[in-house]
Amino acid sequence: MSDLKFTKDHEWVRIEGDTATFGITVYAQEQLGDVVFVELPGVGAELSQGDDAAVVESVKAASEVYAPLSGEVVAVNDALEDAPATVNEDAMGDGWFAKLKFSDSGELEEMMDEAAYTKFIAELD
Amino acid sequence: MSTMNTQGRPTGVGEVGAADRQTFTGNRALQQEEGLIFELDSPGSNGVDFDEPEAFEERLGGLKRRGRIGLPDMAEPVVMRHYVRLSQKNYAIDAGLYPLGSCTMKHNPRLNEKTARLPGFADVHPLQPQQTVQGAIEVIDQLSHWLKVLTGMPAVAMSPKAGAHGELCGMMAIDAAIRAKGEAETRKRVLVPESAHGTNPATAALLNYTVDTIPANDEGRVDLEAFKAKLGPDVAAIMLTNPNTCGLFERDIIEIAEAIHAVGGYFYCDGANFNAIAGRVRPGDLGVDAMHINLHKTFSTPHGGGGPGAGPVVLSEVLAPYAPLPWTVDTGKGFALQETAEETGQAPFGRMTAFHGQMGMFTRALTYMLSHGSDGIRKASEDAVLSANYVLASLKDVMSAPFEGPCMHEALFDDSFLKGTGVETLDFAKAMIDEGYHPMTMYFPLVVHGAMLIEPTESESKAAVDLFIATLADLAESAKRGETDRFAGAPYLAPRRRLDETLAARKPILKWTPPAQAKAAE
Amino acid sequence: MRYLPLSQTDRQHMLSTIGAGSIDDLFVDVPGAAQRDGLVDLPRRKGELEVERHMTALSNKNISASSVPFFVGAGAYKHHVPATVDHLIQRSEFLTAYTPYQPEIAQGTLQYLFEFQTQVAMLMGMDVANASMYDGSTACGEAVLMAHRITKRKKAVLSGNLHPHYREVVANLSDFADYEVDRGDIRPEGGADLKPRIDKDTSCVVVQNPDFFGRVRDLSHLAEAAHAVGALLIVVVPEIISLGMITPPGEMDADIVVGEGQSLGNPLNFGGPYVGLFACKKKYVRQMPGRLCGETVDAEGRRGFVLTLSTREQHIRREKATSNICTNSGLCCLAFTIHLSLLGEEGFTKLARINHAHAVKLADQLEAIEGVEVLTDNFFNEFTIRTPKPAAQVIDALVEKNILGGVPVSRLLPDEDGAENLIVIANTEINTDDDRAAYVTALQEVLS
Repeated sequence: MSDLKFTKDHEWVRIEGDTATFGITVYAQEQLGDVVFVELPGVGAELSQGDDAAVVESVKAASEVYAPLSGEVVAVNDALEDAPATVNEDAMGDGWFAKLKFSDSGELEEMMDEAAYTKFIAELD
Repeated sequence: MSTMNTQGRPTGVGEVGAADRQTFTGNRALQQEEGLIFELDSPGSNGVDFDEPEAFEERLGGLKRRGRIGLPDMAEPVVMRHYVRLSQKNYAIDAGLYPLGSCTMKHNPRLNEKTARLPGFADVHPLQPQQTVQGAIEVIDQLSHWLKVLTGMPAVAMSPKAGAHGELCGMMAIDAAIRAKGEAETRKRVLVPESAHGTNPATAALLNYTVDTIPANDEGRVDLEAFKAKLGPDVAAIMLTNPNTCGLFERDIIEIAEAIHAVGGYFYCDGANFNAIAGRVRPGDLGVDAMHINLHKTFSTPHGGGGPGAGPVVLSEVLAPYAPLPWTVDTGKGFALQETAEETGQAPFGRMTAFHGQMGMFTRALTYMLSHGSDGIRKASEDAVLSANYVLASLKDVMSAPFEGPCMHEALFDDSFLKGTGVETLDFAKAMIDEGYHPMTMYFPLVVHGAMLIEPTESESKAAVDLFIATLADLAESAKRGETDRFAGAPYLAPRRRLDETLAARKPILKWTPPAQAKAAE
Repeated sequence: MRYLPLSQTDRQHMLSTIGAGSIDDLFVDVPGAAQRDGLVDLPRRKGELEVERHMTALSNKNISASSVPFFVGAGAYKHHVPATVDHLIQRSEFLTAYTPYQPEIAQGTLQYLFEFQTQVAMLMGMDVANASMYDGSTACGEAVLMAHRITKRKKAVLSGNLHPHYREVVANLSDFADYEVDRGDIRPEGGADLKPRIDKDTSCVVVQNPDFFGRVRDLSHLAEAAHAVGALLIVVVPEIISLGMITPPGEMDADIVVGEGQSLGNPLNFGGPYVGLFACKKKYVRQMPGRLCGETVDAEGRRGFVLTLSTREQHIRREKATSNICTNSGLCCLAFTIHLSLLGEEGFTKLARINHAHAVKLADQLEAIEGVEVLTDNFFNEFTIRTPKPAAQVIDALVEKNILGGVPVSRLLPDEDGAENLIVIANTEINTDDDRAAYVTALQEVLS
């Protein structure tokens, strides 16, 4: 699974060529509880790593989702608008948020691979 | 002996079955199910009797409504029953102890309702000529006087409509003073303790300030060293609740005020908890520059299911010139409302609202104050603090208290006593409903895990507080014994069981739709 | 003290449970410099009779609307409120409940809020309405902030004929939040064109209907012009009864509609508390300020109501909230919704026709007076006249004749050229033919 990376903010990134698909992790959706709404960025938006890219809301909380990489938004998962529960049900698959055309692959180096992330969350509890 | 009496109805209880049963109507005796007002529509009936006006020539310029609005028609008895039935689904302070911390659910005297409805207050228009409303302006003037004396502050802005609106007003006065000093570009940071009400950071952000959070120390108060480390020439103000949201008096408050003033900043005090100290401690003696007062808390104007409130703001000498319009003055020859900056001769920053503020709340609050007097207000604060400490002392070993007492008007508990029981703060609170209580404030303040904030107020008798304490103790023991059933599904006995908030948020239904339309939309 | 149940013995018992010697021991955290031993310098407690006397004496110094022929409007209106309304809103379970944070024991409040939202949306012709704001003016300020959030622009164009207090509220909020306000010309007769002011930097156009001077007009063209550059149309409805007769803002393609709901169920109260109405198109609901109530089901599948979409609000979003607002006008909404239920479709529309008929009648009568000019061509229950004498003097002279004859425009627009002789006059169902006759006679005398 070398194409899958994780951030400390509990986001995952899947790299395919120069496109990065991202979403929140299974752990993150568990912490949030039932997701009721996802606010996505506009296609064409230019984001820098760490910018507010999306907002994910449960009944009692709203969390910012940061851009994991710098780049242009090339696609967003519109299906989440009508079916926000997908984030709970399939966080790492159909519950993806957006796709970025990323500009600086160096940014990937600070991220964790799956094993490191698993260890990271184990230490949180 | 007459034969009539031989057929008398039985007076013993006879054989009774189990109480748990379904009914045909869904009603439970006095607890009636009630549809939406729109479902009671009975075209042709009406709750008012109006005669159609005589024929006349309309002057609407063709802008006439076409088609129905869709409002339901019904006669007065149907309306009466509808709302009476709805009312019976509500908990209320008049019906039971309502220990919502930081909300102050105290007794609402009906005298206040009566005076607020006097025709000279309820039936006067805000734009009547001032000579026709001298008594109404005098009410504002008298209430201002009471508020200034009780807080030890020289000025008060009366127009803000609620606590959060008062906060906005106070911060605007601070912003105006900063601008007047030519420091608008440099002072951009507002310090807010992490235990603050959510309105504080929301207000600061609205005025384009950066919110800088100050951590709490392990005694539930502002960490003085951390606060001092954040001070600098770019700090506009600190927004501090005192007594704070953990129900504690900020011991270092004078030092905090001096430190913020030393760097040229201002001290905004969130006065939500003034009811703990009114008549005993004057915020003016603590170095406060601006503080809103929730008339609906401290001075008992009814909460009304979420409003209306009123949030006058007392101001220090340095902020007084910036108070928003209108100003109320006693000219010696009468009372006047000054509605323009020119009339005041000062620098009012603008206008918070149309007209002059929440008159209906002013009359109630003034009535409350006159009834209590200087002695009664002080005694009310003391009894509120006494009751809260009594709850804290009585329950701290059964439940768990994160901070040492004494507390002020509210007692804070955390969820550590529930650890390992499978019962969470929410479940514990919901079980209180079955016992006939409104739950305490939960999960606030945020600095305590699973917070439970209890404010008994001065309105409760000792017997009422004792029963409440005994009930919470029983629930706590029950949770520790592992009786999770009592909690997990609670409430069992309320008009509704737990409601699906996830469904409500995922598929928002925010208004009623006629069945035919709703069907067509599917 | 009659409101304090604890006896001296109770207090002693409680102190000993706490382990405190006296009440002063509970205030040890208050710095010594701020400790006060004695009472503050205010009167001592009073019995109910004395307090009632005090308040009644103050009340008697005012002239109430019901006691004289009364024609004052300009953002607050005198209407008859059925007795049922005031009885019901004083029921303990409504009056002394808090915000419905525990829905299982607050279905009464939640259901009427849901009904209120529905009624407001119906009246405005809009998709959704919230559970109310403080009043019309603050709702107007919040609407402008909402439009800025939606369009990500910073300039509001305000009609000159927006209520001057509403304009001041928007201007004040915009000033502190660093937003721009472009105010159109004030035209009591109407005819100002806002379209040239709308450009690609405009976030919203704010127009009142009926406007401050009473004029009603079609706003569809303005909606079109705003939408053409990506701006929103905000319509302000100061007199909700008008919607029983005139085209609702939703049909003119308004994006956000705010209003003052005082006319239904709520007395004049010298300016407050009132009830701010707030409605918008469905697509903007997540940018709306204030509380929203929604339908759901309980654990047994029964219909129930909860506060929803609360992640927009300050207690969750804190500095990222859509507004700092924390309350609504609960009890005033209740009064609104009960009054409207009593009226129903038939009563509400008839009430509107009565208001309009009365105003037309008065306008005709005043127009016949030498020197008086009715400036408003199309109106609902309020219009503006120009008199040969300064309006403030005329109104004061009418007071001497026991008539409250309207609002001199100069009170709200003291610096406006040409406004000195203008009076805004309201006429509702409360005004009788005798009232109108008395007004006409008195005005003739004052002007002669």
